[in-house]
Amino acid sequence: MLRLPKFEVEKPTTVDETVALLSEKTGDVMIIAGGTDLMPNMKHELFTPKKLVSLAGVSALFGIREEAGALVIGAMTPLDQVANHPLVAERAPALAQAAGLVAGPQLRRMGTLGGNVMLDTRCQWYNQTYFWRKSLGFCLKKDGSACHVIEGGSKCVAAASNDTAPALMSLDAKLTFANADGQRELLLDDLWKSDGIFNKKVPPSDLLTEIRLPQREVKHLGAYGKLRDRGSIDFPLFGVAVRIDIDANDVVVDAEAVSVALQARPTRIRKFGESLVGTTLGSPEFEKGVQAAASLGHKQCRPMPNVPGDHEYRHAMVPVYLKRTILAAAAGAGPVHAV
Amino acid sequence: MSARDNHGTAPPWGDEFQVIGKRHRKVDGLAKATGQAVYTDDIALPGMLHAKTLRSPHAHARILSIDTTRAEALPGVHAVITGASMPIKYGVIPWTPDENALATDRVRFIGDEVAAVAAVDEDTANAAIELIDVEYEPLYSYTDPNESLERHDPAIHEGNKHGNVSKHVELEFGDVEGALDGADVVVENDFFFHGSTHTAIEPHCAVAQWSQDTSAEGLLTVWSSTQISHYVHRALARVLELPETRIRVIQPNLGGAFGGKSDPFSLEFCVAKLSMLTGRPVKMLWTREEIFYAHRGRHPMHMHYRSGATSDGKLVGSDAKILIDGGSYSSFGLVTTYYSGQLLTGPVDIPNYRFNSTRVFTNKPPCGPKRGHGSVQPRFAFEIQLDELACALDIDPIDFRRKNWQGEHTKTVNGQRITSNGFMTCLDEAERESQWKERRGKLADGRGLGVAGSMYISGTNYPIYPNDMPQAGIQIKVDRSGLVTIFTGGNDIGQGSNSVVAYLVAEELGVEVADVRVVAADTDLCPVDLGAYSSRVTFMVGNAAIDAARKLRKQVVESVAKHWEIAEAGIRMGGGVVLDLADAERTMGVREAFQLAEADHDTLGSTGSYNTPELGGDYRGGTIGASPAYSFTAHVAEVTVDRETGRITCDEVWVAHDCGRALNPMLVAGQMEGSVYMGVAEALLEEHDVNRFGLHSGPSLLDYRIPTTLDTPKINSLIVESVDPEGPYGAKEAGEGPLHSVIPAISNAVYDAVGIRLRHLPFTPAKVLRALAELESDQTVEQS
Repeated sequence: MLRLPKFEVEKPTTVDETVALLSEKTGDVMIIAGGTDLMPNMKHELFTPKKLVSLAGVSALFGIREEAGALVIGAMTPLDQVANHPLVAERAPALAQAAGLVAGPQLRRMGTLGGNVMLDTRCQWYNQTYFWRKSLGFCLKKDGSACHVIEGGSKCVAAASNDTAPALMSLDAKLTFANADGQRELLLDDLWKSDGIFNKKVPPSDLLTEIRLPQREVKHLGAYGKLRDRGSIDFPLFGVAVRIDIDANDVVVDAEAVSVALQARPTRIRKFGESLVGTTLGSPEFEKGVQAAASLGHKQCRPMPNVPGDHEYRHAMVPVYLKRTILAAAAGAGPVHAV
Repeated sequence: MSARDNHGTAPPWGDEFQVIGKRHRKVDGLAKATGQAVYTDDIALPGMLHAKTLRSPHAHARILSIDTTRAEALPGVHAVITGASMPIKYGVIPWTPDENALATDRVRFIGDEVAAVAAVDEDTANAAIELIDVEYEPLYSYTDPNESLERHDPAIHEGNKHGNVSKHVELEFGDVEGALDGADVVVENDFFFHGSTHTAIEPHCAVAQWSQDTSAEGLLTVWSSTQISHYVHRALARVLELPETRIRVIQPNLGGAFGGKSDPFSLEFCVAKLSMLTGRPVKMLWTREEIFYAHRGRHPMHMHYRSGATSDGKLVGSDAKILIDGGSYSSFGLVTTYYSGQLLTGPVDIPNYRFNSTRVFTNKPPCGPKRGHGSVQPRFAFEIQLDELACALDIDPIDFRRKNWQGEHTKTVNGQRITSNGFMTCLDEAERESQWKERRGKLADGRGLGVAGSMYISGTNYPIYPNDMPQAGIQIKVDRSGLVTIFTGGNDIGQGSNSVVAYLVAEELGVEVADVRVVAADTDLCPVDLGAYSSRVTFMVGNAAIDAARKLRKQVVESVAKHWEIAEAGIRMGGGVVLDLADAERTMGVREAFQLAEADHDTLGSTGSYNTPELGGDYRGGTIGASPAYSFTAHVAEVTVDRETGRITCDEVWVAHDCGRALNPMLVAGQMEGSVYMGVAEALLEEHDVNRFGLHSGPSLLDYRIPTTLDTPKINSLIVESVDPEGPYGAKEAGEGPLHSVIPAISNAVYDAVGIRLRHLPFTPAKVLRALAELESDQTVEQS
């Protein structure tokens, strides 16, 4: 069995205590939420923090509630609760579906929504043991200067691999972070930067406390599609969340799609709504619009050999999964995945 | 074969079996389910040290120097060893000893063992590993087996007179060219079977204790998660230069093996040597990553097959050329090379047959035996060709196999003796249960049914190292308490061999299974058995167990007859009770009967053994693959192919398997289900390979995709009992045969579903999409 490097654990019970601990020595201190990603990463010596600050006892970070029309989810809420909560299913079906497809049942009981949002980027050349990485030659993301995804590449292209991020972005989610100076709110879209080494603009010393889904004025439909080899466990090889806003006559008034597992950040498919807006769900025009939207996705989404598997096949699956996810959303169904 | 090896197939008492043929728990089932069972890693001895291995970061390199000074100086480190500590080479096949416990002068794949450290704990050992300074001179490395065939400089094994060729076998039976010239239909294709590994849930682990308590010369005890303690015993003696009498090998409970624990491994030698050097017990537990490097899994095979049939549906011949990618060491490779050709000659008769197999070395983790050793790959190619011939001749593929069935009590073209053969019943069962006739060709687009068949050995008469001693031995002790204790060298690797010997002896002695204890796989306590491989244990150890039990039974019956003053034939034993058949009132417990026998015959004990009859063809290699009995299997697979994503879902599998007699139908069904699971995994998901850097492409259970329960088809196990004349009560193997033909059955089902022939494994969605696109463009060309 791989050994965990040695570390200490702090167990604060309040947000104030937590942010105080996190401000101690950046780099040597890390947050542990569910730990389902951090523990293997520590065993692989990708992170060797001297101290972990456990959020397990910070009760303010748990729970799902409605607040002035918004749906607010505490960062420590386990993924299986997000996946199965009636409020989430009703208000954010794409999120419920995405949360329900993260990893497997045991990991969803431990893993948290906040942890999934803040997930480290992944790469087949990076998420490996120390021995393996050393034998290969260390890479840009950790300990080295080479890129094995793009030969000669100088920018890390490790992939954002969090299923819930595109679903949250499709719903215009806002995040609340706390640090020693207080709290601030950030649109999830503004969290990211296109850097596989660390794909967030917020420093790791800031604590994500809650995720807020604003009240939507218009009725919407949503679904999540996930490409992976097996029916469970695996990280996405491609993921896409779709939101379709409709009026009382089922006419599309707006639509968004957000993809993940392609590059360092989840990305909105540009002009996605244009081919669907104005069509009536289920009409021939809508079907045509779906094809056009799928083609648009195929043009914009360019998988790289950063995560395991055949990247050309992943590219071929972009329009298929996009189309199926739109149709699933329109039908009030989903998620779209194998098995 | 002597009389002792043949015990008949009838129940020992009356007309019905009392234990055999009924569902029983495994004797160790509850202990395993409740966590009480002790596995190698559960062993903790006073003062025990922990050992770790330094591995090569190069695919192929010469070792120029190793400096262990800094590691030795680290506080907590007790000993550091290198190849120089154990320079004697070994190999599981005595003719090809090309392995060292630690590399002496060169490393041959990324992960090859270079040095080992024993320290007070795992973290200190890991830290010390990083302090060993090794200077390497990288050498040209081979990842393509075709290159190893052509290029021999540098040789991966210097001194090998065939360059980078590990083994070459060419055999022809009959006149293949003549037969194919006369065929009405000939199919000819390339096939590729990829590498896969075992993924037993228990990692390899070994513990050694060097003790001088019992003798001045010292005694080495090694606990190891091996499936062949006898060969580990022999290899330890050779490499450590100790007499075998000074070594004791014990196999604790084992969490799966599937062939992956058949070789002697570096860790067994290292813990032994480190214990001898430090005088302390030493444990080494491999990480999952290290197990992927140790590998010994399924050999990738590049195969070219040509088969022909006449218009009336008779197969006339088959011709195979096979290139086997062996990885870096020989392991069982000599046998693999023979098996790649020798095990194909049933259940379908091949009147003219030829194979030309070459195993080469490459700088990759070494391949070895995995469930269905050497024969799963050719079976895949051949059964697809049978399907193609049947289609070309417009004959139902099940009927085509029926027409070409070899029959029972016959000989194969390569001289193997076939005894019982239930293949026709297997076909009938699979056909009926899958509703083949009603449904095939009538399913919705994208759904299909496919069939394939196979055979496998129940052990072979090739004992790895030549000797005339029994292949299996058993001792039984019975005493006045009523307890029966069986001592067997057989390795229970989870397949339930300890349970099987308990059922057999309970049946013979008329006792309850609960009153039988099994002591297994301890070289100090148990008679020699050659181990759990080649599906030999039920057949061979089972026969030895009946042999030993029958001798004891004779003594017990004699004493009871004398006591009751009746004829021996008037006595029946069963369920722990002895009955007088003529007097329903007169009974006694077996405990009392054992006491009568102990008084009459003194302390009670017996031995039993098994050896194979003279078998095999009269030519070099003719005994490799010669088995006292063969199992037969037919699979029908149902698949759904998603034309848009290329994804194949295997929805349901019907597996009909002729196991001779099901000693415990629950265990037989378990083996059949496990085999189907593993076969489906190889067909659709698993791939053990190295990347362009020669590095394993993902040595973890996240990246190496084995199916979850969601990815596993519904499995229908259909047990067929042909009752073999020489098996224990008629039993044959069930652990490996039921894997083989599910893979070609899936390929044949995909053809039925969407019209593409998948000849290159694994059947990834990308390959399916490419094949569908090719089919479409072919059809477009035809139409235009």
